Amino acid sequence: MYHHRRMGFVRAAALVAAKDLRVELRTREVVYTMTFFAALLMVLFSFAFSQGGQVLPEAAGGILWAAVAFSGTLGLARAFEREREGDTMRGLLLSPADRGAIFLGKAAGLCVYMLIVEAVAVPLVAILFGAPVLERPLELAALLILATIGFAVVGSVFAAMLLRTRSRETLLPVILYPIVLPALIAGVKGTAALWQGSRALPQAHFWLLFLLVFDAIFLAVALWAFESLVVE
Amino acid sequence: MKRTIFLAAGALAAVGFALLPFFVFFRAELAYDLYFNQKIFYYHVPAAFMMFLSVFICGFASAKFLISRQPRWDDVAAAAGDLVVLFGALVLTSGPIWGKAAWGQYWVWDARLTTSLLLWMIFVAYALLRRFGGPGSERLAAGLALFGTADVPLVYFAVNFWKTQHPTNRVVPNLVGEMRTTFLIGAGAYLCFFLILLAARIALGRSERRLAEVEDLAVEIGRLE
Repeated sequence: MYHHRRMGFVRAAALVAAKDLRVELRTREVVYTMTFFAALLMVLFSFAFSQGGQVLPEAAGGILWAAVAFSGTLGLARAFEREREGDTMRGLLLSPADRGAIFLGKAAGLCVYMLIVEAVAVPLVAILFGAPVLERPLELAALLILATIGFAVVGSVFAAMLLRTRSRETLLPVILYPIVLPALIAGVKGTAALWQGSRALPQAHFWLLFLLVFDAIFLAVALWAFESLVVE
Repeated sequence: MKRTIFLAAGALAAVGFALLPFFVFFRAELAYDLYFNQKIFYYHVPAAFMMFLSVFICGFASAKFLISRQPRWDDVAAAAGDLVVLFGALVLTSGPIWGKAAWGQYWVWDARLTTSLLLWMIFVAYALLRRFGGPGSERLAAGLALFGTADVPLVYFAVNFWKTQHPTNRVVPNLVGEMRTTFLIGAGAYLCFFLILLAARIALGRSERRLAEVEDLAVEIGRLE
């Protein structure tokens, strides 16, 4: 029996995430594309929800979340496509690192991409649609971060599994959105509650708690299932 | 033995479905507020029961498949996944017909309706994945079913925060008289129908898998190009 030193779980996950971020820092391909796509979507949605030159205030939150979800899928597909093109997924899976750690590293990398996009998208909804984003900045940030974690966790599992599938580009959004929809509902409803003023604050807190539960459940399912789902 | 049970369930379903319209129209009392429109209930509610039953079966079989890696569990999951789509389609078409009469609208974004629609969509995605996923998609499908089943309570809570106008769960246990008899006939017929569909679909999946295995073997030994 060989006894190699097992890499720490967190260290392995951090290494995978750092690798993804380093690749991204050199090309900036994914984040630039995602951010521009998110901005583009907002402009498109403004046509759908505008009335006499003004966008309905309730629509701003929905537009923000639609932009986050769509651009997130773009980044997700690209982050895993890189592994497929370089045939590096096999290398990752063959490494002594825990598969759960590899998965967490990929998800964490995606989280960072999405948070960068959100950091641009939130000011944009404020400027374009007059959304009161400075009303409750901490709660809004918490909503975005929690929903992004849930999205990245579920998305990374399915993107990794779809790598070897023929029609992965079409299947990824089709299977991803129904599963993450509760998180998106929570995001939209929570944001709407935040922007309604202080009387709707308990509702916003309910949605924050809901997102926490969503993340916990799917993180547990993902870590449990990833090992047996991704086989090379 | 299996064949006898299968035929008996089929016969029961046939008798049940033949009797059901008679009971629905001539025996069950008219509902006090909706009169005739309430009668679609005897088709709608059993279909919803079967939908949730097959969601549960699909999730359970998928988890079993991921743990044991035995393809027979995958056959069960695939069969149940298809039945969610079928019975879900029945629920989602009979519901709006009733909704038009009761609420004046085919569809409202109500908690119960949205839950059912989202759940149904997860399993439509599952069916798409099984059809177009290509080789090796069984594992992926099992993962989707697992995530989908974990999603059920979340979807339920997410939309239950909205107000609901759908009749509650207390309707069924409180049925009385001929309404109760009629409902039980409907539920029984649906259950038998569900079981034979499930059994037939599992057998079909198994045959397909075995055929593929035999073909692979034939190619391997050079009998098939």
